[in-house]
Amino acid sequence: MAIDPIERTAKNIVGTVQDYSLFAQRAVLNLFRPPRYWIDFMLQCNIIGVGSTPIVLISGFFTGGVLALQSAATLSEFGATAVTGRFVSLTMIRELGPVLTGIMVAGRNASSMASELGSMVVTEQIDAMRALGVDPIRKLVTPRLFACVFMLFFLTILADAVGITGGAFVTVFMNHQNGTQYFSQAWEHLTYSDIVQGLVKPLVSGFIVASLGCFYGMRTTGGTEGVGRSTIDAVVFSSVIIIFADFLMTQVLLTLFPPI
Amino acid sequence: MIELPHPAEPNLPPPAPPGPVQEGQVPISPAGPSPVVAFRNVSIAFEGPPVLEDITFSIASGETRILLGPAGVGKSVLLKLINGLLQPDQGSIQLFGEEIATMTEERLFPLRTRTGMVFQEGALFDSLSVRDNVAYQLIQERVPDEEIDRRVHEALTFVELDSTFDLFPGSLSGGMRRRVAIARALIHQPELLLYDSPTGGLDPITSTTIVELIVKERDVFRTPSILVTHRLQDAFTLCTHRFDTELGHMVPIPNGQTDPSTTFLMLEEGRLIFNGSLHDLLHTDNKFVREFLE
Repeated sequence: MAIDPIERTAKNIVGTVQDYSLFAQRAVLNLFRPPRYWIDFMLQCNIIGVGSTPIVLISGFFTGGVLALQSAATLSEFGATAVTGRFVSLTMIRELGPVLTGIMVAGRNASSMASELGSMVVTEQIDAMRALGVDPIRKLVTPRLFACVFMLFFLTILADAVGITGGAFVTVFMNHQNGTQYFSQAWEHLTYSDIVQGLVKPLVSGFIVASLGCFYGMRTTGGTEGVGRSTIDAVVFSSVIIIFADFLMTQVLLTLFPPI
Repeated sequence: MIELPHPAEPNLPPPAPPGPVQEGQVPISPAGPSPVVAFRNVSIAFEGPPVLEDITFSIASGETRILLGPAGVGKSVLLKLINGLLQPDQGSIQLFGEEIATMTEERLFPLRTRTGMVFQEGALFDSLSVRDNVAYQLIQERVPDEEIDRRVHEALTFVELDSTFDLFPGSLSGGMRRRVAIARALIHQPELLLYDSPTGGLDPITSTTIVELIVKERDVFRTPSILVTHRLQDAFTLCTHRFDTELGHMVPIPNGQTDPSTTFLMLEEGRLIFNGSLHDLLHTDNKFVREFLE
């Protein structure tokens, strides 16, 4: 019957959401029960944080630059190019810094987590770990999850800083405007709520990247082809869900911290 | 030499040889009052027809069971049910006297540390050295480094691969990886060993080396074990040979005798169709078993 595939798909979706919820719950709760793998956490901080720094720096710098170029072109029509700094800093800190960093880290790390864990699944290394009495979620997933949340927070701050610097570079050297004016505009109009909005988002994005990367890796089936599929799913879903979660969070945060 | 988990008892009376499964008869091995593993009417399916159906058998202390059957019949699934890597849809599985069929993963971990498992392709951790692979359990238990090194050397010496201590799995041959996997399974002095096709995909000479190690383990430590294979030659070698500790290698048991503690199970289409000794296996009337043997 034609209804069968729809029913099967619906069941699959519900089943996947349920599996993911239980998986994420176990990964989080593991932090509050020993044993804790601090060395693995530090190692993942290095892989995720230090390893992602170059791409975050480059993408952040040019994003800020593009923002300055575009905004200056539009603002000049109203004779308001002086507020370029304000525009760039607010956009970077509230939206583009957290979202772009999340997506860049998803591209790099969700794929790496899914393929690494997926390969371990298909070569029975995960089963071997379980057979040796070690919980793979505790050993492999929890350190990645918390390392990703922790490092994405700082990577976002870094992206915000270089983004504003990129905007300044364009403003001063390409648009030939005053740098002091740019920075004073960027600084003076920044409020506490902007910072909170910008720094809550990476915590959620980090959770999404690591939990989905590990989730798709750990449920890999079908050999090397399955590893490829898991990697694609991890990157696609984490990127899309980051943007969706950003939309929801913006809505909530704007309610909590209404613009003055 | 690895410390013995329990002293080898050469004079231990062997379990009485079980007979082939008759129609209507429950195929239970005549194990002692508390078998190491006991399956009762176990079934499991994965989105389709049952992979295993109504499986009942047990493994007694000191017993080695060889699980035969063609590829894809559910042998590896059965092995993974024994230490709770998979959970059955119905039936009861007792491991070391504890019911594990419905046990949570958290509670299974301590039980699993009492078993050793050798996976089909070794399943060594690629990113860790041979030393760290073999010592994996000890590292998790935060055993001091000096003791870890000593015990890893002992385990690797047992499988005659002490020279690979610092190497990574990627630089080992298929046979060497299996031997390292055996060392990893043995280092924690398990109370039950599970071998999942340890000779699969290996050349005959390397297969014999692996079988010799399994015979050595059986005769030196007398750890109860179950070995999955579809290679009859390996199964018969295991049954007809013993490890001579003085000569340091495997020799045939004289006068055509067989090891009384080594018995057979056979699966066909998810059902256990044979449970008995080598003698019974060779003289069974079961058509499928006869075809398999031929």
